[in-house]
Amino acid sequence: MAIVNSTVQAVSENVDLEKCSLDTEGINEPHIQQHKWYHNVKYLLVGIVFGIAFVKTEIISWFRIQEMFRLQSFHMFGVIGTAVVVGIISVQLIKRFNIKTIYGEEVVFHKKKFNKGQVIGGLLFGFGWALTGACPGPLFAQISAGFLIIAVPLLSAIAGTWVYGFFRDKLPH
Amino acid sequence: MLDFLKQPWTWYAGGAIIGLTVPALLLLGNKHFGISSNLRHICAACLPAKIPFFQYDWKKEIWNLFFVGGIVIGAWIASTYLSNGQPVQVNPKLVQELSSYNIHDYGKLMPADLFNIHTLFSLKGLLLFVVGGFLVGFGTRYAGGCTSGHSIMGLSNLQLPSLIATICFMAGGFIMANLILPFILKL
Repeated sequence: MAIVNSTVQAVSENVDLEKCSLDTEGINEPHIQQHKWYHNVKYLLVGIVFGIAFVKTEIISWFRIQEMFRLQSFHMFGVIGTAVVVGIISVQLIKRFNIKTIYGEEVVFHKKKFNKGQVIGGLLFGFGWALTGACPGPLFAQISAGFLIIAVPLLSAIAGTWVYGFFRDKLPH
Repeated sequence: MLDFLKQPWTWYAGGAIIGLTVPALLLLGNKHFGISSNLRHICAACLPAKIPFFQYDWKKEIWNLFFVGGIVIGAWIASTYLSNGQPVQVNPKLVQELSSYNIHDYGKLMPADLFNIHTLFSLKGLLLFVVGGFLVGFGTRYAGGCTSGHSIMGLSNLQLPSLIATICFMAGGFIMANLILPFILKL
């Protein structure tokens, strides 16, 4: 435990609070730093299950996104709604019974602060979501599901993130 | 069993698996579900260009890139081995609307007669793929998260800013799909 405590302290010293206030950076840093790279394989496995669910539930489908935004199908609302309900119950259970991680650490939650970006950026992302039929996760999944052309919107999304980083100080937040 | 797996999953089965990603990542190592951050990590790794927003140790967030690697593999497995080859079942109203834009191919999850290299080199393709992708990357980072980080992880933790973001995602999508996209698809 002594090792864990000292590394937690070391990590918190590195975290730039100003940077964290607007984004998630810093909150996911490994608390146990002596982990080798292969400890990340467990996240790969969760990703595989998630990726299969993406395709089998057809949420990476451009058609399903168009149906959702035209209120022509309950499907996408059902998927997101069920995911949120399952997520809320899970988080409540973790908090109430103080369930620890597999390494015995306390699960840490972070409050999100409101800023104008959630409105302006949110609307802009909504436009892109309806155009491409994809959020960032499905962009990756669509490529490996056989649509190589999606490499173009993915590269464009990376460019969009970069441009946001470049102009960040000048944008209203 | 395999035939069962090959059917498209219902909304509640798929939604439950996606929702369970939240506790899975939390309990495996205090990780907060959020995919769009990976776009930022890719920028930080490949082209930080002395921009403060990309000056951090992206290697500490490498778990998320492993997670996305899993999504890529999972999507490949599902579309290669778990597909029943049936056309996507789409609301007849949408079929009618799309046929007026010459979209008729429901064989795969994306319309092959729209998502192809031929469309890319047209104004329609430029708007759909290049501008659309740009808005996804710019908008999610500006909003501080996407459907996973805000709509699923943030709402699971009952965060009001995430609810505001989710409402704006949906509002943007409704405006684009109903008011602007029809003109783009007619191009």
